[in-house]
Amino acid sequence: MAVGKSIIRKEAWDKVTGRAKYTNDFKEQGMLHAKLVTSPYAHARIISIETHEALAAPGVRAVLTGKGLPLTGEDMRDRPPIAADKVRYYGEVVAVVVADTLVQAEQAARLIRIVYEPLPAVGSPREALKEGAPLLHEELDRYERNKTTYPEPGTNIAHRTKIRKGDIKQGFAESDVIIETSVSFAPSDHVAMETRCATAEIWPDGSIHISASSQSPFMIKRLIHTYFGEEAGKIVVHTPLVGGAYGGKAPVQLELLAYLATKAVGGRKVSVWNNRECDMVTSPVHIGLEATVKIGATKDGVFKAMEIVFLFDGGAYSDKAIDVSRAAAVDCTGPYHVEHVWCDSLCVYTNRPYATPFRSFGHCEQSFAVERAIDELAKVLQLDPWDVRRKNAIRPGHTTPTQVRLTKSNVGDMPACLDRLRELMRWDEWQRIELDAYTVRAKGISGGWKTSTIDTDSSSGVILTFNSDGSVNVISGVVEIGTGTKTVLAQIVAERLKMNVDDVHVKMDIDTQTTPEHWKTVASRGTFMAGRAALAAANDAIRQLKEIAACVLRVTPDDLEVGFGRVFLRDDPAIFIPVKDIAYGYKFPNGNAIGGQVIGRGHYILRRLTPLDPETGAGKPGPEWGVCAEGVEVEFNRRDYTYRIVKAYAVIDAGKVLNPKAALGQAMGAMSMGLSFASREGFLFDEAQRVLNPQLRTYRPIHFGEHPTYIVEFIETPQIDAPYGARGIGEHGLLGMPAALANALSLAAGVPLNELPLVPELIWRKQKGDSYGSL
Amino acid sequence: MEETTKCELVLHINGEQRTVITRQAETLLFVLRDELGLTGTKPGCLNGDCGACTVLVNGTPIKSCMMLAIETVGKEITTIEGLRDTPIQHAFVRHFAFQCGYCTPGFIMNIHALIEQHPNADQSTIQEWLQSNICRCTSYQEIEAAVKEALQAKKTDIQPSHNRISRV
Repeated sequence: MAVGKSIIRKEAWDKVTGRAKYTNDFKEQGMLHAKLVTSPYAHARIISIETHEALAAPGVRAVLTGKGLPLTGEDMRDRPPIAADKVRYYGEVVAVVVADTLVQAEQAARLIRIVYEPLPAVGSPREALKEGAPLLHEELDRYERNKTTYPEPGTNIAHRTKIRKGDIKQGFAESDVIIETSVSFAPSDHVAMETRCATAEIWPDGSIHISASSQSPFMIKRLIHTYFGEEAGKIVVHTPLVGGAYGGKAPVQLELLAYLATKAVGGRKVSVWNNRECDMVTSPVHIGLEATVKIGATKDGVFKAMEIVFLFDGGAYSDKAIDVSRAAAVDCTGPYHVEHVWCDSLCVYTNRPYATPFRSFGHCEQSFAVERAIDELAKVLQLDPWDVRRKNAIRPGHTTPTQVRLTKSNVGDMPACLDRLRELMRWDEWQRIELDAYTVRAKGISGGWKTSTIDTDSSSGVILTFNSDGSVNVISGVVEIGTGTKTVLAQIVAERLKMNVDDVHVKMDIDTQTTPEHWKTVASRGTFMAGRAALAAANDAIRQLKEIAACVLRVTPDDLEVGFGRVFLRDDPAIFIPVKDIAYGYKFPNGNAIGGQVIGRGHYILRRLTPLDPETGAGKPGPEWGVCAEGVEVEFNRRDYTYRIVKAYAVIDAGKVLNPKAALGQAMGAMSMGLSFASREGFLFDEAQRVLNPQLRTYRPIHFGEHPTYIVEFIETPQIDAPYGARGIGEHGLLGMPAALANALSLAAGVPLNELPLVPELIWRKQKGDSYGSL
Repeated sequence: MEETTKCELVLHINGEQRTVITRQAETLLFVLRDELGLTGTKPGCLNGDCGACTVLVNGTPIKSCMMLAIETVGKEITTIEGLRDTPIQHAFVRHFAFQCGYCTPGFIMNIHALIEQHPNADQSTIQEWLQSNICRCTSYQEIEAAVKEALQAKKTDIQPSHNRISRV
C-alpha cells in the first residue's frame, strides 16, 4: 500500500514549474506596502521621532510608531511590537512606513528623524550576568507571564530551569575522574530562502484577514486576540506554501505589524515583507550559548554525575527563547543514563537580536556542549569515545533528567544506532591518520536525542471529505514548510482506507476558518499528531461508509470492509458497493436517498504531559524520545588550517520510515544545516553589538560543491502509539553535526575546539594561543 | 520628492511579447513578478548572493535582481514558467531535489542552461555553475543526483515521459 513507499510529494509539479505560490506571491491591486525603520543601535533610549516629513512624502498613507502598544511575547510579555521608549537590539523596529508602493515607503523611511541616546550594550550571557551589568528590562517584575516562566527581576535573567535528579554530591564522590568543559557560540540565523512576509486587511464587517509565511497560523489568531482583544472568531489566517522555516517562522512578529498597519489605514490591505537584512537581524534568530559541562565518571568511563550550566543568549526579548532554554535542560545529558544530574539552564537577556526556535530546539546546542565534554573525558581516561558512549547509552528502564521512566515504546534504540554507526564509519579501522606531512584525516562522533516540549494541551485535527468519484481530500492544519508532512498524511489515509494514494488529494494552504487546528508546525510532531488525527478521521469515514453500505446491501455494518474503492462483505467480497456510489450518499432506484457526503473527522491531543517542577524539573515534557548516532570525517590541512568535510553519517531511529526518500531528505537536509551552522555560520558583532554580517555574501551558508557525501540509515523501533510506529525525524539529522564536526577537528588539530563556527582562523587561534590578536 | 520617470518597455518573455510601463530603475525581477505576474522567479536577497531569482537572458543564467528590466529589451527572457517537461524538472521530482521549493526555480533555470550549453559537463563544471545558488532544505546531494541524471537524459536524448509518475 502507500506507507513505506517513496511517494512523490503532492505539490512536486507546482514547485518545479513556478506554479507554487508563497505569501509574497499573492499581489493585489491597491495593496499598500510597509517599510520597517530599524534601530542602528543595540541599546539606546529613544529621545524623539519626527515623522512629519515622511508623512508628507508622495504615496505615504501612514507612519506607525510604538507609543501606546501592548507588550507581546508568548511566555512573558516583554516586547513592544514597535520599540517605544528604548531599543534593545540592532535592527529592532522603531517605525513602520506604509505607502502605495514599496519604493515610496522606502524613500519616505529615509525622512524619519530619530534621536537616540546610546546606552552601554550587553554582548554575551556571561557579560549580562556580571555584577553591575546594564539591565535590559528594568520592569522585569511587572511583565505579564505564564505560570511556568520564572524571571529574576533586577538581573538579566528571563528564566531559569532547574534539573535536580539524584544527588550530585554523591555522584561526584563516586567518580574516579571529573572533567569540565566550556563551550560557546554566538547567535546565528535560519536563513530560510523565503524571507518572512505578512499581509493584513480588515473587512467592513470587522473581520481581520491575515496571510503569513508562518509555521503558526493558529497561534497568530490566538495572539492577536490576546494582545489586541480582537474576537478570535473574527480573525482568519491564511498560510500558503512556506519557503523554508526551520523554527524561524514559529514566532509571531510581522503579523502584528501588518495588523497594526492595516488598522492605521482604515483596513486596507498592507503587506509587510522582510528584505534579507531585516529577515536576518530584525526578525528572530538562532539562539547563542555559553555552557559549562562537568562530568564525573568511573575509570571505566561509566557516567556517575553531570553538572551542566547553560547560559542561553536569548537576545533582547524572551519570546520563545525561554522555551528553547527549557528544552535543552529537559534533555541536558544527551542520550545517556546518568543517575545524578544537576542542571541550571538560563535564558539571558543581551542586546542582541532576539532568539527563537531553530531546528532541533536547543538540542544541537545541548549536544555540542555535552558531546565535546564526553570526548574530553574519553581522552583523559584513554578510552575509545565510541565505547564511552555505548557503555552509557540510554535504554528502556532508565529515567530521563526530568525523571520520566523510559519504555520500549517511548525511547528509540540508542545502542543499535551506535552499533550501526560504528560499522558504517569503519570506526575501528582508524580515527586519525596522517596522509602526508600536512594532511590529516579524522573522525568524530556524537549521540543525540530529543523529545518535544510543546504545550501540554497541543492538539491537531484532520477532516476528510469525499468526492463523487470516491477520491478523498485531506484537510489538516499542518503547514507545508518543505517537510512533506502533508504527503505523508495522504499516505497514512490511503493506507488506512486501502486506496490508491493518487486518489488522496491534499489541501496545501491553511485557512484557519476552514482548516482544523494544528497547534504549530514545529517540534517534529506533525506526522505524529496530525497522523493520529488522520487515522481517527479515516476511521470515522469508514464507519459512515459502512453504515450507508449496510443499508444498501442489507447487512450489518460489522460484516463490512472498506478498501480498493469498495465497501464489501468480508465473507464474500463479490458482494460490494463502490465507494463512489455512496460517497455523496446513496440514491435508491425509486429516488429515495440515504446518507449524504461522507465527511470524516478526527483529532488528537497530547496526553498526560505535565509542566516541570520549578525546583527539580521533574515532569513529563513530551510523548517520546527519538535517538540518533552521528559522525563526521574531515580532511584537515595542518599548514593553512583549512579543512574539507569528507563524509557525514547519521543513524536515526525513525520508528517506522513512512516515505523513504522524503525521510532521507529530511535527515540529509538537517545534517547539511547542522554542518553549515557549525562550520561557517554565526553573527559577527562589533563592540556596540551591531551585527556586521546581515547578508548572504558575508554570512555565507554552505553552497553547492562544499557538501560532503552523506550516509544515512534508519533503525526502526516503533513508538506503538504513533501512526504505524513513526517517530519524529525532521530534526535529528542536525542534532549531532556540530558536536561530531568539533570532535573530528579537535582530534585532527590536536587541540580542543569548543567554539563555533569552526572557521580556520579559530583553529589557528586555538593552536597558536590568542597572542596573535586578530587577522 | 519626485516620482522617478516611468517608461514603456517591450519585452520578449517565454516566447511572448509583453509590454509594461515601469520605472526605469526597476530590476527585471520586480517587473517579472509585479508587472507580469511571473511569480515563479523568487526574490531571496536582492544582492546577487542566493540565486533564487535566476532567469535566462538569451540563454544565459542571470540573477534578475541584478539586472534592470530596461537592459533586456530586444533579448529573449526565459523564466521557470517557460519551461515545461524538461529533463531537469523530471529529475528534480524523481530525486526529491527540493523540499520547500523556494530556491527550486532558480536552480532549475541555472541547470537547464548548464545542460543546454555544456551537455558534457564534468564534475568541476557542474560545481562552478551551481555554486551560485543556495538551497537551505536539501543537502545538495539530491540536486547533484538530479543534475547528473538530466545530463545523461540529454546525452542519450531520452524524451521525458509525459505521464507523471507518482511513485519511484
